[in-house]
Amino acid sequence: MAMDLLRFATAGSVDDGKSTLIGRLLFDSKSIFTDQLESVEKTSQDKGHGYVDLSLLTDGLRSEREQGITIDVAYRYFATPNRKFIIADTPGHVQYTRNMVTGASTADLGLVLVDARHGLTEQSRRHAVLLSLLRVPHLVLCINKMDLVDYSEEVYKKISAEFTAFATKLNIPDLEVIPISALQGDNVVQRSENMTWYSGPTLIHHLEHVHVASDRDLVDVRLPVQYVIRPKSDDHHDYRGYAGQVAGGVLKPGDEVMVLPSGMTSKIAGIDLFDKEIPEAFPPMSVTVRLEDDVDVSRGDMISRVKNAPEPSQDIDAMICWMTTAPLRPRQKLAIKHTSNSARALVKDIQYRLDVNSLHRDLETKELGLNEIGRVQLRTTKPLLCDPYSKNRTTGSFILIDEATGVTVGAGMIND
Amino acid sequence: MTATHADYRLSQLDQLEAESIHIFREAAAEFEKPVLMFSGGKDSIVMLRLAEKAFFPAKIPFPVLQIDNGLDFPEVAETRDRWVQRLGVRLVIASIDDAIERGIVVDDGKTSRNRLQTPTLLNAIEENGFTAAFGGGRRDEEKARAKERVYSHRDEFGQWDPKNQRPELWSLYNGRLHEGEHMRVFPISNWTELDIWDYIGREGIEIPSVYFAHKRRVFERDGMLLTETPLNPLREGEVVTERTVRYRTCGDMTLTGCVESTASTIPEIIEEVAAARVTERGATRGDDRFSEAAMEDRKKEGYF
Ligand SMILES: Nc1nc2c(ncn2[C@@H]2O[C@H](COP(=O)(O)OP(=O)(O)OP(=O)(O)O)[C@@H](O)[C@H]2O)c(=O)[nH]1
Ligand SMILES: [Mg+2]
Repeated sequence: MAMDLLRFATAGSVDDGKSTLIGRLLFDSKSIFTDQLESVEKTSQDKGHGYVDLSLLTDGLRSEREQGITIDVAYRYFATPNRKFIIADTPGHVQYTRNMVTGASTADLGLVLVDARHGLTEQSRRHAVLLSLLRVPHLVLCINKMDLVDYSEEVYKKISAEFTAFATKLNIPDLEVIPISALQGDNVVQRSENMTWYSGPTLIHHLEHVHVASDRDLVDVRLPVQYVIRPKSDDHHDYRGYAGQVAGGVLKPGDEVMVLPSGMTSKIAGIDLFDKEIPEAFPPMSVTVRLEDDVDVSRGDMISRVKNAPEPSQDIDAMICWMTTAPLRPRQKLAIKHTSNSARALVKDIQYRLDVNSLHRDLETKELGLNEIGRVQLRTTKPLLCDPYSKNRTTGSFILIDEATGVTVGAGMIND
Repeated sequence: MTATHADYRLSQLDQLEAESIHIFREAAAEFEKPVLMFSGGKDSIVMLRLAEKAFFPAKIPFPVLQIDNGLDFPEVAETRDRWVQRLGVRLVIASIDDAIERGIVVDDGKTSRNRLQTPTLLNAIEENGFTAAFGGGRRDEEKARAKERVYSHRDEFGQWDPKNQRPELWSLYNGRLHEGEHMRVFPISNWTELDIWDYIGREGIEIPSVYFAHKRRVFERDGMLLTETPLNPLREGEVVTERTVRYRTCGDMTLTGCVESTASTIPEIIEEVAAARVTERGATRGDDRFSEAAMEDRKKEGYF
């Protein structure tokens, strides 16, 4: 039986219990090894905790253990009989929002934690906004530390209502709200005996059953060409294959395709996966496509369908999450990477800055500071083959790189 | 590879394979001079297999680099040579002994061979002008590795700065470098030990015989079972006995422990790994036992 895969990321304010929850999930699902547990027990003792601090299972850096906070994403893995999980445990601290975005960008599901005593904070709102901008299709709100509010149903209802109201203003197709105690384990793997009023699923049950396969686009054919394979050996003298990871649609031999940006058309002669020819390719397969005609195709080009191709454009309208201290300003020049394509980009305008609390659009401020999100117009040195991010998370996303430092400073999601 | 699924779903192992191949192709296209760090152990064999698939039917478009610490298992070296020969890739060997002789690294008699690998590796990268080095590190191996990006930036000194990593979004990897810097690229970041074994089983590929149960003369040290070898003289009170063992990782013979096991086929190993209660490094790596942050510290200096 082929196992499937769910990638999820934690989110929420600092100290709301994200790392503790992941530790609890791993511990209660028996995915912790004895040597890992011994090391965590020892460190907990050394730090004078009266309990085993499960957050130490993911807070793997020296400075994280010293400061008791998460600084960068930790990736952890566990499996139940039908599903493998890739967990990105992200930091809640505002300063490290860029690392939260790193972890969330590939997630199928976001776990937003809220401390039951404090309710929603600016940071939990910021993370919810980011998850919705990143189009993480499934969201779970975990109301944590229920042990500290006497497992009160009223508290649960209040925060749940508050978040639901906020979420209606965002794009969140699937939301589940679960009251938990990461520290005590209530409703994580074991159903809570302290919250008999709650009849919904435990967290693990929800993670195991949430339906993710349908989140993929199987209609619009997109194959960004990464690499041209030309063996030039005696056995494969005339072989010329276009290698890439399918970003959308289903490709079959015989299909008529168009190569962009040239616009030339041809037919798929064959699709290779290592030494086998395969009858069809779909996301997220990494394949090599051969064409019938000798058209000119190189890295950065895109193979798509004749009547359904992305629009080559030098003018890009996108939401940008800015990730460095020096603000983003109009007229700034940056390097841009989009699929397998690289170019330079000029900031033409910063249309507005998004207030993550009120979702108000601030049209006055013409710059984006660290961790701020805004709508930006860019002009690129060459046409990029773009789709709206809402249609395709691969062909609709890009990163911005500071040309002097080489650091990734912005994450972009192309608007409809 | 199960080619067609009626419902267009890819198994988790196929998804991991697709992701790794994507990473190989990106890095090969963007870096001027990549190299694959190949120890001959199971992870680097899986990595090499994925590289083979990424560029087939062309040859792998970069050489492989081995750091020879003089303490490798002979069985591992043999398997390594067969892989290199079959794929027709160039093998670059950087040996610690040679580096000591040339005065590139200093053997003060106190530093372990394991530790001397780092300057040897960094020197090989610099001398050959490699701009990217593929490594077989997996995030499930160790808590500092769990934090590392797929593209892990190294400064002119080969150092990793774990508190200041570049953001890494979607599958958009940033390969920008300044003169003298290089990138470590980890194509199998998201694979677990069990995935590696499932894949070895599925692909039917050759791995060194030490991974399978065999009789070996071993002795106990620091709670680990080490092999008898003239390279690792016995200390007082240590007694050699013959046991049926296998290795879970293959590193330095004098530091890598084996586990008692009768698993002599891949399915038996998979069963054993699935039931294991101790991590692979915890069970077998003397080099990680010194302190909580042993791996983090070594990685900061430029270790694999
Ligand atoms: N009482 C109680 N305490 C909790 C619970 N969950 C977490 N904590 C405590 O809250 C503190 C912070 O927990 P962490 O798991 O480190 O929080 P975090 O969200 O990962 O924090 P950052 O990663 O730094 O943003 C720790 O002292 C935990 O023991 C809970 O359910 N109940
Ligand atoms: Mg944390």
